[in-house]
Amino acid sequence: MNEALLLMKPELIVTVIIFILLILHVARENSSPAYLLNLINGLLFINFLCGFFFNREGTLFGDMYVTNGLIVLEKNILNLGMLLISLQATDWLKKKDFIVEFYVLLLTTLLGMFFMLSSNNLLMFYLGLELSSIPLAALANFELEKRKSSEAAMKFIMSSAFSSGLLLFGISMLYGTTGTLNFAQLAMLIDGNPLQLFSFILLLAGFGFKISAVPFHLWTADVYEGSPVAVTSYLSVISKGAILFVMASVLFTVFKPLVETWYNMLYLLAVLTMIIGNLFAIRQQNLKRFLAFSSIAQVGFILIGMSGSSQEATASVIYFVLIYVFSNLGAFGVIALVSAQTGKEEIDDYKGFYLSNPMLALVMTLSLFSLAGIPPTAGFFGKFFLLMAGAGKGNFVLITIAALNMVISLYYYLRIVKVMFMEKNETPMEKLQISLFPRISLLTCMAGIILIGFTTLLYDYIFSLSTSF
Amino acid sequence: MSEVPLHHILFVSTALFFIGMYGFFTRRNMITMLMAIELMLNSVNINFIAFNKYLFPEKMDGIFFTIFIIAIAAAEAAVAIAIIINLYRSHKSIDVEEASEMKY
Repeated sequence: MNEALLLMKPELIVTVIIFILLILHVARENSSPAYLLNLINGLLFINFLCGFFFNREGTLFGDMYVTNGLIVLEKNILNLGMLLISLQATDWLKKKDFIVEFYVLLLTTLLGMFFMLSSNNLLMFYLGLELSSIPLAALANFELEKRKSSEAAMKFIMSSAFSSGLLLFGISMLYGTTGTLNFAQLAMLIDGNPLQLFSFILLLAGFGFKISAVPFHLWTADVYEGSPVAVTSYLSVISKGAILFVMASVLFTVFKPLVETWYNMLYLLAVLTMIIGNLFAIRQQNLKRFLAFSSIAQVGFILIGMSGSSQEATASVIYFVLIYVFSNLGAFGVIALVSAQTGKEEIDDYKGFYLSNPMLALVMTLSLFSLAGIPPTAGFFGKFFLLMAGAGKGNFVLITIAALNMVISLYYYLRIVKVMFMEKNETPMEKLQISLFPRISLLTCMAGIILIGFTTLLYDYIFSLSTSF
Repeated sequence: MSEVPLHHILFVSTALFFIGMYGFFTRRNMITMLMAIELMLNSVNINFIAFNKYLFPEKMDGIFFTIFIIAIAAAEAAVAIAIIINLYRSHKSIDVEEASEMKY
């Protein structure tokens, strides 16, 4: 009995936190926002720390639920991202009435992602996926009175419902041809007949929607722009990271027999995603929209790493997502501060940002350097390992396209830096107050960006946990 | 009386799926789009039930999956309708063309 509890430890802790919040909401209706935020951030910190102790490996519920060292590591990365986002959102949440509801919805999606990561069965996978995407639509609409917010939520729920329809049709065809939903049995029974190929395409389209790979990316920019900053950063880091982990494990276990087929599909998706994401990012004026397209382009690079289909591929995808958590949250942390205190989100508003807020401008610059992949920062090593994993297949055309795209991406990331440091502004932003929680979060992000680049321990650790293909 | 063959049922469910997809792409009323998505999900349900009954009657995987799909579709519709109602308050319309503040 104890073993079962320890196996499900991450899910159970999140569930307990959700219940504590619900009970607290009923029992102490008039607690002040500051008290609530301190309490919740403390709970999330405990949740993050607990991820490192008493980890077990094994399966539960008749092989539906599986956990091992790699999955625990992935959950820890998500916990870390959740904590950082929560710390960054304090300034904005203080002025809101529905703090508890916000966190209950957010933690519910986290719970869904945990179940999705641990799933060993298509039914469990589908349940986790829906649990992680339906509450997110409600969160996108969190600023009820804003027109853009409800538009974003509408676009999000419609596209996510459509994509789960595609995914389900694929799953039903897969069930029809094999008669099982278990991942290991599916891997043995898949032989690549036309119906299975059709179902695979539908599944890949479903995944493509969720990670916003290019033919399926149209909802991304609108949802990112309309949602509150905290939700946008959650969508772009946690939600996308979880789906990428699951996509890698599904492709590498269930669809292992079809590896020749999906290599070509990933190749096409990766090239389209990088090129179109980059070209659209160049012309954006809204900073959140800009980061939306930049995150689309980053997914293209991740797909290259994934197409390597080897132990290096798994390790490099997880390593890159970890770095991506730090660098993207560094950028979003600054945007969250600026947006909460001044309400400004356009790139032009950041003219002369360095003169009034030198530290924040520096944080933003480092994060953008890391996203672009400039050497001393961690982002360079992340991209390097992804491309190395992709190059394992010997397809150097793909690697060349990726390298050219990195040059294009450098242009638009540096454009933001130029706006902040070199351009004059008639109405400069005033000096912003950085309270304790956002300060901790930004410092963690900076430490992550700088330190991960200088030590190989982390990559070696992830590599040792990854299973060989 | 002879049994209905499996491929007839699959034909119905596939037709239903693509009718739903067509409806989703062409309709401009948000409630109708939601109905189109329900059509797609129901075609998946028919698929699961048919496969379970005809090909793998010894296990219940397909039927369980159907029950979960129905429950989740209801939850999805509830959240979607709440969002649409909120959108109606600010836009005074449930036409998707009206909700187009953000583009490109």
